[in-house]
Amino acid sequence: MTNQESTRMKINIGPQHPSTHGVLRLVLELDGEIIKSCEPIIGYLHRGMEKMAENRTYLQYLPTVDRIDYLGGFFNAYAFCDAVESLAQIEVSERTQYIRVLTMEMNRLSSHLLWLGTFMLDMGATSPLFYTFRDREEILSLFEELTGQRMMYNYYTFGGLRHDVTNVWLEKITDFIKKMPRKIQDYENIITDNPIFVTRTENIGIISKHAALQYSITGPNLRASGIEVDYRKQNPYLVYNELDFDIPSAENGDSFDRYTLRIAEMYECLKIISQCVAWLIENPGEVVSSVKQPLLKVPEGEFISNVEAPRGVCSCYVKSDGTGTPYRAKWRTGSYYAVQILPKLLENSFYPDLMAIFGSLDVILPEVDR
Amino acid sequence: MDYLYSLYIEFLNKFNLPFHLGDFIAMVSFPLLPFCIVAAALIVIVIFLVLMERKVLAFFTQRKGPNRVGPWGLFQTISDAIKLLCKENITPTGAEKFMFNLAPLLAFVPVMVVWGLIPFSSEFDFMSYSVSALLFVTIASIPILGILLAGYASNNKYSLIGSVRAVAQAISYELPLIFVLLSVVVLSSSLNLKQIVLAQISAYPICGWFIFPAFLGFLIVFICSIAELNRCPFDLPEAESELVSGYNTEYSGMKFAFFFLAEYAMMFIMCAFIATLFLGGFLSPFGFYLSEKLISNEFWSNVFVYFEQVFWIFLKTFFLIYCMMLVRATLPRLKTHQLTGFAWKVLLPLSFLNLLIVCLIKGVA
Repeated sequence: MTNQESTRMKINIGPQHPSTHGVLRLVLELDGEIIKSCEPIIGYLHRGMEKMAENRTYLQYLPTVDRIDYLGGFFNAYAFCDAVESLAQIEVSERTQYIRVLTMEMNRLSSHLLWLGTFMLDMGATSPLFYTFRDREEILSLFEELTGQRMMYNYYTFGGLRHDVTNVWLEKITDFIKKMPRKIQDYENIITDNPIFVTRTENIGIISKHAALQYSITGPNLRASGIEVDYRKQNPYLVYNELDFDIPSAENGDSFDRYTLRIAEMYECLKIISQCVAWLIENPGEVVSSVKQPLLKVPEGEFISNVEAPRGVCSCYVKSDGTGTPYRAKWRTGSYYAVQILPKLLENSFYPDLMAIFGSLDVILPEVDR
Repeated sequence: MDYLYSLYIEFLNKFNLPFHLGDFIAMVSFPLLPFCIVAAALIVIVIFLVLMERKVLAFFTQRKGPNRVGPWGLFQTISDAIKLLCKENITPTGAEKFMFNLAPLLAFVPVMVVWGLIPFSSEFDFMSYSVSALLFVTIASIPILGILLAGYASNNKYSLIGSVRAVAQAISYELPLIFVLLSVVVLSSSLNLKQIVLAQISAYPICGWFIFPAFLGFLIVFICSIAELNRCPFDLPEAESELVSGYNTEYSGMKFAFFFLAEYAMMFIMCAFIATLFLGGFLSPFGFYLSEKLISNEFWSNVFVYFEQVFWIFLKTFFLIYCMMLVRATLPRLKTHQLTGFAWKVLLPLSFLNLLIVCLIKGVA
């Protein structure tokens, strides 16, 4: 052992630690306050989501997929429904599609709000957590009113939805999104212009364009690096091509850019939501599918559906052998790849930067382990 | 203090005790009395401060704060304290037992000592020395030793990093603080805290307060004291997102309570110290005392003036504490090297500048 190595300290962050957003374990090697190496150890939350699909019917599997990313349950449910609908060639009515977009964007908003609060908590500011949770609470209450659940919604069915939305509910959303821009502006006022926050996040944890592509980073983390890839624009699914919204992007790929990008995305979410609400109020229709859900048999074939989830592209691969259960299901989620790049980002950075980098990547562990 | 002593002997002699027992009791018990009063007052203040902090933070974050135990949650801290007292005293197997148990005491006892140095009114200055300002700074830096010891003796890596950070922070932030103290000494020509307060009396109310010539110094001391107290945004030694709980990770029960108590008590004492140095300490902001105007009896008005002075210094202290809580609710945490860099590159030069300005003002006036 050389002299330099003997002064290093190995320190374990997690799996039970106040700030790992779940059960991630990081084995760090510290030289004073500088991180020399980092080894993420995952698998503490592995529930066998993919294997579970193989001995359940399609309908039995559907409620469980909400748990893959518990902060964005609608995205997972949609990815799975989309794969099954495409394989079984089930028609989805336009109203259903609009409601799906509406709920998914609301979900994205709540997910980003939670991220903002916990990110600031990681940085040592406690107040934003309560502010963002207050707004998220309103979204969750709306979801609860719609689906009966606050997080594990189980609202989508193959070819439709459990039940239609009411106009009263839509009006509540209109009220909600009216006051949101001012609130997000408030958060920006206390966070974006804060010199401590800016110096702590600027030029920290830079993901270059090249590295982002190399490590298959997707979602806001990729767009913060200056690559404008968003499946809602490039590969429009549902009714996204009929909606008017922008894809925010940033240049540097540092923690600060990832923050500003998610803030910008929240405004875009509001834009999409208001368009959906306007359309839904004017166009009533049928959303409950006529497909016999429990007896659904999917013809032989395979399909990959891609969804732009809050934490990157969420892909669901389903292979069917013609029976009532999937032959194989495979999930690809954004967080997994964000954890992969962590050792590269943390090398030679300061120990307090750990949370400024890790927090900005918006990783949640159930999505990594599945 | 002498006046109080004579009053006390007079009171005891009223009982006509034999063999000059009254004088004897006075001699023995008089030095003990202030200690008892000070210690009891400190505990009560800490209990109130913890509740205040939780209520104020709740107010900033649109919550209600503690409201279950007692009316308005008043007994929440007391029930928390009882819970801490009832907890098992754990010493981790790998820890240095003696030092591990010594550390909380080292952190707590000096706090009790410096508390006595603050002049609460022109009579209630329990430990008055010609160098009490210097003594304050000296003793107030001892608790950091307890923190270092806690981090070292816990045999825990989080604790160790936390305590090393705390020491680096304390060393960096004590220097500007002492230089600003020097500027106050220049203004008042005294190192005695009571004399510093009395030097702030002027013909017009408030105008004599040292905050005006040394406003820069006031800001520096305020920032430094936040850092000394390890409070947000300088709470790196206890950064929970990196170090779980920092130097007190392994502590529980009463030993943790000592750290906790010392931290909050020190917060109050530091703010009282700043109020003494810059905000006229126990002086009334009106230039006269309300009890002088309201009470016609000379003896009682004199007595009430002392208590009114206590009220004024407490009011100023609580205002400063409120500001500290506001800062905590607003700002994120700094980074280690930003923290030390800020102390050495910004605060220290500014404290020199402050000293220069103060000397010029003193020279002109």
